[in-house]
Amino acid sequence: MTDPTKAPADGVGNGGPMVRAEGVRKSYGLVEVLKGIDLEVQQGEVFCLIGPSGSGKSTFLRCINHLEKVSGGRLSVDGELVGYRQKGDKLYELRDQEVARKRRDIGMVFQRFNLFPHMTALENIVEAPVQVRGESRGDARERARALLERVGLADKAASYPSQLSGGQQQRVAIARALAMQPKLMLFDEPTSALDPELVGDVLDVMRGLAEEGMTMIVVTHEMGFAREVGDALVFMDDGVVVESGHPREVLTNPQHDRTKAFLSKVL
Amino acid sequence: MNPSDKGEVPAGRPETIKAVPVRHPGRWVGGIVVAVLAAMLLHALIFNPVFEWDVVRKYLFQQSILHGIGVTLELTALSMLMGAVGGVILAVMRLSPNPLLSSAAWLYIWVFRGTPVLVQLVFWNFLGLLWQRLSIGIPFGPAFWSESTNTLIPTFVAALLGLGLNEAAYMAEIVRGGIQSVDEGQTEAAHALGMSRARTMRRIILPQAMRVIIPPTGNETISMLKTTSLVSVIALEELFQAGQNIYSHNFKNIPLLIVVSIWYLFMTSILTVGQYYLERYFARGSNRALPATPLQKLRALFVRTPAAAPTAALPPAEGAPHD
Repeated sequence: MTDPTKAPADGVGNGGPMVRAEGVRKSYGLVEVLKGIDLEVQQGEVFCLIGPSGSGKSTFLRCINHLEKVSGGRLSVDGELVGYRQKGDKLYELRDQEVARKRRDIGMVFQRFNLFPHMTALENIVEAPVQVRGESRGDARERARALLERVGLADKAASYPSQLSGGQQQRVAIARALAMQPKLMLFDEPTSALDPELVGDVLDVMRGLAEEGMTMIVVTHEMGFAREVGDALVFMDDGVVVESGHPREVLTNPQHDRTKAFLSKVL
Repeated sequence: MNPSDKGEVPAGRPETIKAVPVRHPGRWVGGIVVAVLAAMLLHALIFNPVFEWDVVRKYLFQQSILHGIGVTLELTALSMLMGAVGGVILAVMRLSPNPLLSSAAWLYIWVFRGTPVLVQLVFWNFLGLLWQRLSIGIPFGPAFWSESTNTLIPTFVAALLGLGLNEAAYMAEIVRGGIQSVDEGQTEAAHALGMSRARTMRRIILPQAMRVIIPPTGNETISMLKTTSLVSVIALEELFQAGQNIYSHNFKNIPLLIVVSIWYLFMTSILTVGQYYLERYFARGSNRALPATPLQKLRALFVRTPAAAPTAALPPAEGAPHD
């Protein structure tokens, strides 16, 4: 089966925005966490999501690779709907395998790293390319070593996650996501669980990725990173987008009162 | 960590404390009581003629006893295998989002855990009374193949079904507990990498669940080894039945029960050692340093190398070279 996302024939794929959200809503029971999110993430852009905890930014991020099911509106990645297929004006839910196939192209980095503790750093990185993409173990190992080198952990290939510091674990987690050669990377507060002195190493790796033109959506509290590396920034509160624009503008000259109040606390 | 742990104090540091340790007179009293009781027990074992140790020695390696051990081991291994495979299937079924699968698993566990294994054993043995022939064919229609139940299910198979199907119900709960003990972030990380549900379960969740599953499974295996003695009620000649058969002829009940007990004790001891190493294997990654094996501890006790003191602790700085 060929990858439909790569086929230019369907007309939507290339050229358009990487992620497009139109009125995206999400509720758990009666609680509405996302109340209609509209935004566009362009190819090659570093897109920062900021906001107080509980504002729905992580939930939105998790909707993009369908870890959470969208309950209203439209959300598409690279021109294709997330979690559904449209035929005429009817929506069909995707099967588990189809969802899994789409997730291959979207890397995700978690706040709590979520490395596989029973595998070494190298095995963590090799796992998905071999199991999911069917790469040969030899090739995958070679690329994994290169990726470890790139995140500055070439000497930690044989270490188990429990033997690594938080910052090292997070860098392995980034390498693990990159091993699938994703077209989009999602970062869910990647430095929030780290000791302050370890944050820098992780941000350096992310900065390098941005320079190479990776499309990245970053939920973060690191305003310095957002200002310096971000191409676009959205401030979310209570399930809605309050303010958006270029990071430097929003962070230095916020228009909205809620944005001002939030920034005065974190900056 | 510290290079100077040998007692000599470098100049300028406060001297090492030399204090009189706390005395424990209670331990001495307790020790003496235990020693006396042990001596009494040993005396009884040696000098009570009913034990007939020469008879024990004579039957310890007797042919039918050895054959019984073989049957016991075979039955233990096969029924645990059945229990483990069935348990994993049932556990995955119970956790499945499909309501049909999960309630089927629940029903199975309810029935097989809710009735005594002894009753189940006898039940399987009497299956021939319920259906005289078993056949494969169209439900309620013609049969393509059929066979007498008693030929299809000889005593050994009845014993295996009784023990294995019962064990599956217990193993299902153990496996389910193990699966649920794995952090949800693991599933999310695997899914985010594009792994399917089945592959996530097999490659990511189950290997981690093993750490929680192995210890109770070891207990189950040891318990199963002893539970196999129940199949003597359907006249399958395993270890206990072999002993019974002998003493029903020569009336040397006590010596033969001792023979049987010695063998059970021997086999469970071996299993305990195996369980220890299995647990150690599945603990990799969860502890920074694996605990030393008893052998390593023993060696550390006699060979006093400075490296042996903090046993095999991997200094975090050099975790690399053991690929």
